[in-house]
Formats: sequence, structure tokens, C-alpha cells
Amino acid sequence: MFKKSKLGISTALALVIGASAAMADNIKIAFIDPLSGPFAGTGANGLNQFEFAAETLVNAKGGVLGGDKFEIVAFDNKISPKESLIQLQVAIDQGIRFIAQGNSSGVANALTDAIEKHNKRNPDDRVLFLNYSAVDPALTNEKCNFWHFRFDANADLKMDALTDIMAQDKSIDKVYIIGQDYSFGKAVAAAAVRDLGNKMPNAEIVGNELHPIGKVKDFTPYARKIVASGANAVITGNWGADMLGLGKAVLENGYTGPIYTYYAAADGITAAFGETGKGSLRLVSEGQLNPPVSDRAAEYVKAFKAKYPDGNVSQSRITNTIEMLAKAIDGAGTATDVVAIAKQLEGMEHENLWGGMLKMRAEDHQVIQDVHVLAHTNEGVTFDYDNSGYGLIAENTVKMAGMDSPTSCKMKRP
Amino acid sequence: MDLILVNLIDGLVTGLLLFMLSAGLTLIFSMMGVLNFAHASFYMLGAYFAYQISLFFGFWMGLLIAPVIVGVMGAGVERYGLRRVHQYGHVPELIFTFGLALLIEELVQFLWGKNQMPYAVPEVLHFTAFSIAGNSIPAYKIFMIFVSLAIFMALLFVLTRTRVGMIIQAALSYPKTVEALGHNVPLVFMGVFGVGTALAGVAGVIAGPVLGTFPGMAFLLGSIVFVTIVIGGLGSLWGALVASLLIGWLTTFAASYNVAFADILTWIGFTMPADLDDSMWRDLWTLTMPQIGPILPYLLMVLILVFRPHGLLGKREA
Repeated sequence: MFKKSKLGISTALALVIGASAAMADNIKIAFIDPLSGPFAGTGANGLNQFEFAAETLVNAKGGVLGGDKFEIVAFDNKISPKESLIQLQVAIDQGIRFIAQGNSSGVANALTDAIEKHNKRNPDDRVLFLNYSAVDPALTNEKCNFWHFRFDANADLKMDALTDIMAQDKSIDKVYIIGQDYSFGKAVAAAAVRDLGNKMPNAEIVGNELHPIGKVKDFTPYARKIVASGANAVITGNWGADMLGLGKAVLENGYTGPIYTYYAAADGITAAFGETGKGSLRLVSEGQLNPPVSDRAAEYVKAFKAKYPDGNVSQSRITNTIEMLAKAIDGAGTATDVVAIAKQLEGMEHENLWGGMLKMRAEDHQVIQDVHVLAHTNEGVTFDYDNSGYGLIAENTVKMAGMDSPTSCKMKRP
Repeated sequence: MDLILVNLIDGLVTGLLLFMLSAGLTLIFSMMGVLNFAHASFYMLGAYFAYQISLFFGFWMGLLIAPVIVGVMGAGVERYGLRRVHQYGHVPELIFTFGLALLIEELVQFLWGKNQMPYAVPEVLHFTAFSIAGNSIPAYKIFMIFVSLAIFMALLFVLTRTRVGMIIQAALSYPKTVEALGHNVPLVFMGVFGVGTALAGVAGVIAGPVLGTFPGMAFLLGSIVFVTIVIGGLGSLWGALVASLLIGWLTTFAASYNVAFADILTWIGFTMPADLDDSMWRDLWTLTMPQIGPILPYLLMVLILVFRPHGLLGKREA
């Protein structure tokens, strides 16, 4: 009997503690991204980075508003826009006011529309959309709205920076553009054609084509065309298996020039390229790991690797998202009035953990930051990817890329 | 002209790889009358096992051991899974193999994670065998061609020149009679299933380093293998070979030449609408060959099913 009642008491106690923990004012951020299916690897890695950033950059420093902690709540959207809208509703019903999403611009487009409608109809429980990775330019141009903030450089800004750096290399005179046949692939191709035409009028575009996304088993025929075209630079927006397949086929079939990519790193891709990619693979991206820009950045990566030995700090913008949100909440003095928080975010300037400054442009809610061209190599790499010894090292940097780039955004403010 | 030669070689490599998968599947299909949905999953297992073994003992041990493990697993699946389900009819068997495919994919993700594996071509074969007009042919591709051809020869020899092969062929068409003559037909079934999956394993081992080793690799190749055996004719080894090469060359050439549909349509005699955005045929006019390349084999399958339902070299209807 005695034992039984003791068990009963401890159960009751546990319930009380559980309830009080839930009652403490945690500021919840809904993470809506793929956690199952073919893109689960990317989603899960992003979730780890979010949780780690919230823990180390906010909670360990005493939280916001004098003690409130950030809590990341994960929702699996299976990378489907339809599923994302359901998860968004679930998150809103749970009283969550901050929605973070990044993988796939298709999902981001659906979410930004849904959030705009929701906020219009429910002024009492409005939410903010923190887009940390979806780079479709439309989101901060014709489809922009007051509730959407983008912390990654969009596809146009990246292409602008990339072509700035390509234009310095006078040996490039034949460029081949290849990508996946969907909105992002087409956006990259259009931006490349436009920017190359403006900045490198002497360079000829010897190929511009799209291949079916996730359907090509063997990229050898595409590689043959690229080699046969005599191209001495390749630009691609491919990601995942399509990136690895294309890159390997091109390099193994005799191409030796640079391959400029958006996403050829981490999630196993760096390790799989290994020696093959050295000297050719380039990445245009925000945030540099190598060489580390500061002790603080180095400490952060070390601590992350200690907690997730198989993980990568592959999306440095995630730390910016968390830090800027915390700063905005503190500045607004509230975690529930998202209009006040959004007004704090607008125009916010913040020191980037990965070097340089961040500026959230008020007119279109696009972060302006340094964009780098990174090279895949194993020399001078302090922090590798996939524990492979290979990593990315910053070769060129465009400071505050696209600071005065035009936007067609006409934002309606509440 | 040079490019045609290069494409012929590339297509041959793709075709022979496809053949190694379809050879086993076509035998299993004609024997049990059931599509083994998990066949491509054994291909994936072959690549992952070989990668794991290569970490400790090098590529060549992987090439030797991984297919054996995959074959034993396949035989086990037949003996303890399919054979039990068989008595309930074809539909449960189909569902069983479908479930198995999902199970294997989840298992692979559980053990190795969802990322790409750094499974690479061995150093000995990491050089350019020869080049044709600037297009280098890696030595590994030549190696792939020889391995596939050797397997085809061996398979053909066993099936047509040995006693075991005779019994298999007899068991394919008249299992009851063969059983009445005193042969252990279930054992033959298990053996064929084991060898078939082992072949898929070999394909995985040699394809993994070039096509990538990742959890989606089975799905990517799975459907095309079924197409191959339907085009080739169920149960026909030669048919599987012909269909594999056909598909290999078809997809390679389609991806290689930027033939625009607009050109073809103009050549036939249609005139291009002045304003494409208004035209209901806009999508057709703007298509190019590389865009539709991957679906050409499926188109071919539909045509084959309509005009020659037993496949190119098959003897019975699909």
C-alpha cells in the first residue's frame, strides 16, 4: 500500500511539474518543413540548427523579455503545400505566433498567401512568417506582404553577386546554364541570362536547358553536351540527388572548369564529391564557415558539432533568424503583438554572427547581407562538412549584396 | 559524329546496367507471375552493403561479398515470406513485395541516414580510358560493360547449357509436371529468387559509385525496370537484353540532342501560332527532346502493349 501511494504522489507531483513547465511563458516558433520523405534529411538538419540556435543564442543568455524562453515546435509538412496549410492551422490553433519555413518556394508561396488571409480575418491572433530559405524572388517582389520576412538572399541577389564575381574572370567566355524544370530552376536561368547579358556581354551562353526534376537516372548525356559545347563555366540551381548526379557526371566526363552552384554542399553531398569536386565546385551563398570570421562563430560551430556530431552548420541564416527575432521581441516589449514586432524587424540592422552586417530592408522585408562565392576544397578548412575533411572556403565576397536592387513590392501596412 | 559514338557507349553502359536488374526480375516474374516491387530495393541494398564493406576491406571485397549477402536475403524472403503468402493468391504477394520495398527503404534510412553516401569509384579504375573529341570515357564505364557482359554470358550458359537451367526452364512453364518428375520445385523457385536478387545486388554495387548511393535510388530506377521486362517480353532473357539496350540508347540520345518540337511540327507541315500564349498547343510547341526523354520508355511500353502484348521476344501475354 505504502509503495502504491508513493507512486501515486510522485505521479501527481510529475503532473504538477509538467503543468507548471507548460505554463511558463515559452515563446513558441513553429518549424514547418519536411521531416519525412525524400527531403527529410535537409528538414531534420534545419530543425537541429534551429533548436541549437534558440538554445545557445537566446535561452542560455536568459531568454527575451527578461526570462521568456524560445521553444521550437516541429511540424512535418512532407514538403507539400497542402500539408503545410494544415500544419499552419494546427500551429495557429496552438497559439503559436511565429512560423518558420524554408524548404521549397512552392510551400513558401502557399504559406505567405494563407498567412496574409489569416491575419486580415483574425486581427487578434496574427502570425509572422519567418522565411529562412525559400529564395523565389517573387516572395519579396510582386507577392510580398507585411507578415513575410526573408533571411536568405533571394535567387536574384545571389545571381547578381555571382555574376559580379564571374565578370572578374576574363577567361570565362562560354557559359552553360542547366537546372531543374520548375519555378526555382527557371528563376535561376532567367536571372543568369539577364545578369550575364548585362555584365559579361562578351560571354556567350552556349546552353540553357532544364531537365525533369528528380527523374534523371544518369546525367552522362547532359555532361556530354556540356563538354561538347566547349563551355568553360557551368551555372546550376540543382539541389539534392540532382546536384550530385549532374556534378559528378560533368566532372567525370572531362569537364574541368568551374561549376557555379547554389546548393552543392552538406547533407552528404560534400562527402560524396570529395576529391572530384576540388578545384571546380563553387557555391554562391550567405554565411562563411571558413576561415572562421570570429572566435564567437568558431565556438558556435564547435558547440554545434559537439551536440550533433553528424550534423552540419549548413544554413547560417538560421542563427540570424533567431537573433533578429529575439532582438525585435525585446525591442517591441511584447511577444504577442506581432505588428509591433514586425515594425521592429523592419529596417533592423544587426551584426551577423558570420561576418558583416544584416539589414532587413523595410520596403520588401528582404535581408541584405554579404554574399560569398565559396569553393569546395580540403585545404585551409577549419570546419568541414559531413566529417569528410572537405568543406567550403570563402573565395570572394560581395559586401551587402544587392543593397540598392530594385523591388516591385508595394506593401500594405496594417 | 564523334558524339554519336560517345552516346552509343554511354547508352550501352546504361542499358547493360538496366539489364542486370531486369534479367533477375523477368525470371522471377515469369516464374511466380508476380511483380516483385522490392526488386529495385535489393539493388539499393547491394550499393549500401558494398559501401559499408568497402570502408573496411576495399571496393573489390564489396563487389564479391555484397551480392552474396543480398542473394541470401532474397532467398530468405522467398522461403519465409513469399512462399507463405503464395497460397493466398497473387494480390497478397503483390502487396507483400510492395510492403517489403517500403520496409527496406525505411531500414536503409534508419541505418545509414537520409544523406548521400560517399561511395566512390576505386582508385585503380579512377582514370580516363580514352577520349573521343574531348569527351573522356572513364575506365570505370568500361569495367561496368565487361562485368555486365560476363554476367549475361554466364546466365545464358547456365540457363541453356546446363541441367539446372533445363529444370528452371521447365519449372517456368510446367511446375506441376516438373514436381511430379521428382524435382524440388520450391527449391528451384528459391534459388532463382536468390540469384535474381543477387544480380540486382551486383548492379547496385557497380552503379552506386556513378549514379549515387542514397535512399531514393531504388525508387528512381524501380519503375523503369518493370517497363524493361514488359517491353522485352516476360521471362525472356534475350528480350530483357534487347529492351534494356533499347531503353538505354533511347534515353541517352533523347537527352543528348536538343530537338525542339517546334522544328518537328514545322517539318510535318504545321505552322507555328503567332502568339503562343493564346494557343492551346503552347506546351507542345515549346517542348524539347531532353524534357520528355525520361518518359519515352513508358510511351514505348504503351505502344508495345497495344501492338505486341507479349513483348518484343516474349512468348506469353503480359
